[in-house]
Amino acid sequence: MNIVVCIKQVPDTTDVRIDPATNTLIREGVPSIINPFDMYAIEEALRLREKLGGKVTVISMGPPQVTEALKEAISMGVDDAILLSDRAFAGADTWATSYTLSMGIRKMGGADVILCGKQAIDGDTAQVGPGVAEFLDIPQVTYVKKIEQIDDKKAKVWRMTEEGYEVVDTSLPAMFTVVKEINEPRLPSLKGKMKAKSFQPTIWKAADIAADEKNIGLNGSPTNVVKIFTPPVRSGGIILQGDINEAVATVVEGLKERQII
Amino acid sequence: MSDIEIIQDKCVGCGACLSSCPYGAITLQDNLAVIDDDKCTLCGACVSSCGFDAILIRKDQVEKADISDFKGVWVFAEQKNGQVQSISYELMGEGRKLADALGVELAAVIMGHKIGDACQDLIWRGADKVYAVDDPALEHFCDEPYARIMADLIKEYKPEIVLGGASTIGRALIPRVAIKARTGLTADCTSLAIDEEKRILLQTRPAFGGNIMATIICPNHRPQMATVRHKVMKEAECDKTRQGQIIKKSFDKATLASRTSVAQVVEEATNMIKLTEADIIVSGGRGMKAPENFTLVENLARAVGGAVGASRAAVDAGWLPYSHQVGQTGKTVAPKLYIACGISGAIQHLVGMQSSDCIIAINKDPEAPIFKVASYGIVGDVFEVLPALTKKLQETCGK
Ligand SMILES: Cc1cc2nc3c(=O)[nH]c(=O)nc-3n(C[C@H](O)[C@H](O)[C@H](O)COP(=O)(O)OP(=O)(O)OC[C@H]3O[C@@H](n4cnc5c(N)ncnc54)[C@H](O)[C@@H]3O)c2cc1C
Ligand SMILES: Cc1cc2nc3c(=O)[nH]c(=O)nc-3n(C[C@H](O)[C@H](O)[C@H](O)COP(=O)(O)OP(=O)(O)OC[C@H]3O[C@@H](n4cnc5c(N)ncnc54)[C@H](O)[C@@H]3O)c2cc1C
Ligand code: SF4
Ligand code: SF4
Repeated sequence: MNIVVCIKQVPDTTDVRIDPATNTLIREGVPSIINPFDMYAIEEALRLREKLGGKVTVISMGPPQVTEALKEAISMGVDDAILLSDRAFAGADTWATSYTLSMGIRKMGGADVILCGKQAIDGDTAQVGPGVAEFLDIPQVTYVKKIEQIDDKKAKVWRMTEEGYEVVDTSLPAMFTVVKEINEPRLPSLKGKMKAKSFQPTIWKAADIAADEKNIGLNGSPTNVVKIFTPPVRSGGIILQGDINEAVATVVEGLKERQII
Repeated sequence: MSDIEIIQDKCVGCGACLSSCPYGAITLQDNLAVIDDDKCTLCGACVSSCGFDAILIRKDQVEKADISDFKGVWVFAEQKNGQVQSISYELMGEGRKLADALGVELAAVIMGHKIGDACQDLIWRGADKVYAVDDPALEHFCDEPYARIMADLIKEYKPEIVLGGASTIGRALIPRVAIKARTGLTADCTSLAIDEEKRILLQTRPAFGGNIMATIICPNHRPQMATVRHKVMKEAECDKTRQGQIIKKSFDKATLASRTSVAQVVEEATNMIKLTEADIIVSGGRGMKAPENFTLVENLARAVGGAVGASRAAVDAGWLPYSHQVGQTGKTVAPKLYIACGISGAIQHLVGMQSSDCIIAINKDPEAPIFKVASYGIVGDVFEVLPALTKKLQETCGK
C-alpha cells in the first residue's frame, strides 16, 4: 500500500510567551516542530504499513528549513520524504497550499491513502486536507479517530462528531485527517536516527510538479491577511482570597445581581 | 513572483516587526530589519506591525475574476433529522446583518430528506429565499454530493458571500466547495463586518492557537466564503410573520453519488446536557486530582442545572471522554456562566471559553492565568471551595 502523509512545520505555539511590558508575544527563539496532529498521521501511516506492507512517504510544502521536520519523520521510520520548496510557493493560503500539495502527490504517482493532521496549530484552518482531497478528486473522511478495517480497495473508519462518532465506509484512494485520539506516536528509533542523519529529501520546485503559476503562492491565493493583532484581554474581575465562606457568599451574591441564578 | 521587501529608506531599525513574525524570519542587522528568505513564508503578519510602512509585500498583478454579477448573502444550513441546528440560526442572524448592510437578499441552502419544516423555519429566521434539495441520498451529511450541489448552486445563482458553520460538517464541506468555486475561504471566524466603501467582507479569526487575531479579505474572487465559530454570533429570532420563497432544486444521480457512506451513528454522553448548548458549564482540570473527585464538579453542575466540561489535561488522563473537552482542540463554549475548577488557564483552554458572559475560577495558585479572565476568582483548594459553593447555591436556588 502506498501511503502519503502531509506534514507541516509550525512554530511551537505552546512555547509562546507574553512580554509583560508590551503585552505582545515573544516569538524569537520559538522552536519549529512538526505540527502535533501530523505526528498522529505519521504514526497511523507506519501502523498501516506494518499491517499491510508498502511504503510511507511524507510530503511538505515550505521553506528549506522544513528539511529538519522531514528528517524527524524519517527517524520515526518513514521511508521517504519530499519537500516542495520554491520561493514562488510562499504566501500560499489554503487554496494554493492544497493545489501545490495535490500536484506534488500527482507527481509521486498518487497514493492509496493520504493522511493529514486534523489542523495545523499555526494557521488553524483545518482546510488543507479537504482541499487536497478535492483537487485529487478522491473521497475524504475528516476527524478520523480510528481506522477499523482497511484493505487495498476500501476502509471502515470512525469520524468524530460533536455528539460522538460515525462509522464511515469509503473506497480507496481516500484522504483521512486524523485527531489525537487515534494513536500514541512512537519515538524515533536509533536506526531511524542514523538514517535521518544523512538523509536529504527530494526537493521539487514549481516546474518539477508542473504547477501553474497562477495557482501557487501569494499570486494563486484568493485570501489576503490584512491585519494581525493580539486579542483584547478581558478586563480583570474580582479576586477573592482568604476566608472561603466569605468568598463563596460574595460570588453567589454577584451571580444573583447578574440574574444568572 | 511575489516577494517581501524592507524599504531601507523607511526602516528605522526599531525592531517592532521582530516579534510579529511567527516564523522568526526577521533579524536586525546594522539597524535595519533583514528578512531571511529561508524562513519567511510570506504570511503577511509583519506588515501591519511596522509603524513606518517599511515592510512591503509585492503581489504580482493577478487575473481578476469577473465579480460584478455576484449578489446576495448565503448561509449553508445544517440539519439533523430535519431539525435546523443552532449554529445555523447563528449564521442566519449574522447573515441578515451582512445582507442588510449590503442591501441584498439573504438566502439559506439546505440539504437533507423530509426538510419541509426546516425550510419554513429558515424563513422565520430571516431568509428571503431558501434553496432546498430534498433527496433520500442526502439524509446524512456526505462530503461529496453536498459539495457538488453547493458548488453547482453557487455557479448558478452567484452569491457574493457564503457562510457555513465551523462545525465538523462545515469544516469538512466548505473547504471542498471553495476549491471547486476557485475562491477564498476564511476559517473559524469570530467576527464579520462589511467594508461599505469597497463592498468587501472583513473576516476576523483567531490563529496560532488563539494567540493572535487576523483580519482576512478575499478581494478578487467571489463568493467570499467563511466558516463561523459556534456560539460567538447571536441566533436569529424566530418571527412567524416573515414571508419568503422556497426554491426546490433537484440533481441527477451523478451529482448525488458518494464514495463514502455512513454505516452507523454513535452518540456519546447522551445523559448529559449538551456542552455547546448549555447556559451554565462547570469544568474540572488536573487540579481535581482523580476521576472520582469529578463528583464534586458534577454535584455543583447539578445544583445549578449546568453541564460538565473539562480541560484537556483531565481528558487526556481519561477522567472524562473527549466530548467534554473545552478549548482549541475541544469545544468552543460561551455560556452565561463558566466555572473553572482546578484549571490553570492555558491559552488553548481560554480560547474555548473566554467569551462566556461570567467566569468563576477556583484555583489554589493566585498566579494562575485563569484569574486574568475571571469575573470572580476564588483563591483556594477546590476540595474545600466546591462543597461550600455547591451548598450555598443549593440553598439559594432551592428557595
Ligand atoms: C494568521 C493567519 C491566518 C490565516 N488564515 C487563513 C484562512 O482563514 N484561510 C486560508 O485559506 N488561509 C489562511 N492562512 C494561510 C494558511 O495558514 C496557509 O495556507 C497554510 O499553508 C495552510 O493552512 P493551515 O496552517 O491552516 O493548515 P491546516 O489546513 O489547518 O492543516 C491541516 C493539515 O494539512 C496538512 N498541511 C497543511 N499545510 C501543509 C504544508 N504546507 N505542507 C504539507 N502539509 C500541510 C497537514 O497535514 C496539516 O495537519 C492564514 C495564515 C495566517 C498566518
Ligand atoms: C495543540 C494543543 C491543543 C490544546 N488544546 C487544548 C484544549 O482544547 N483544551 C484544553 O483545556 N487544553 C488544551 N491544550 C493543553 C493546554 O496547553 C494545557 O496543558 C491544559 O489546558 C492544562 O489543563 P489544566 O489546566 O487542567 O492542568 P494544569 O495546567 O496542570 O493546571 C492545574 C491547575 O490546578 C490547580 N490546582 C491543583 N490542585 C488544586 C487544588 N487542590 N485546588 C485548587 N486548584 C488546584 C493548579 O494550581 C493549576 O493551576 C492544548 C495544547 C496543545 C499543545
Ligand atoms: S518595524 Fe519597521 S521600522 Fe521597525 S525594524 Fe521593522 S521594518 Fe524597520
Ligand atoms: S511575511 Fe510572515 S514569515 Fe515573512 S517575515 Fe513577515 S511575518 Fe515573517
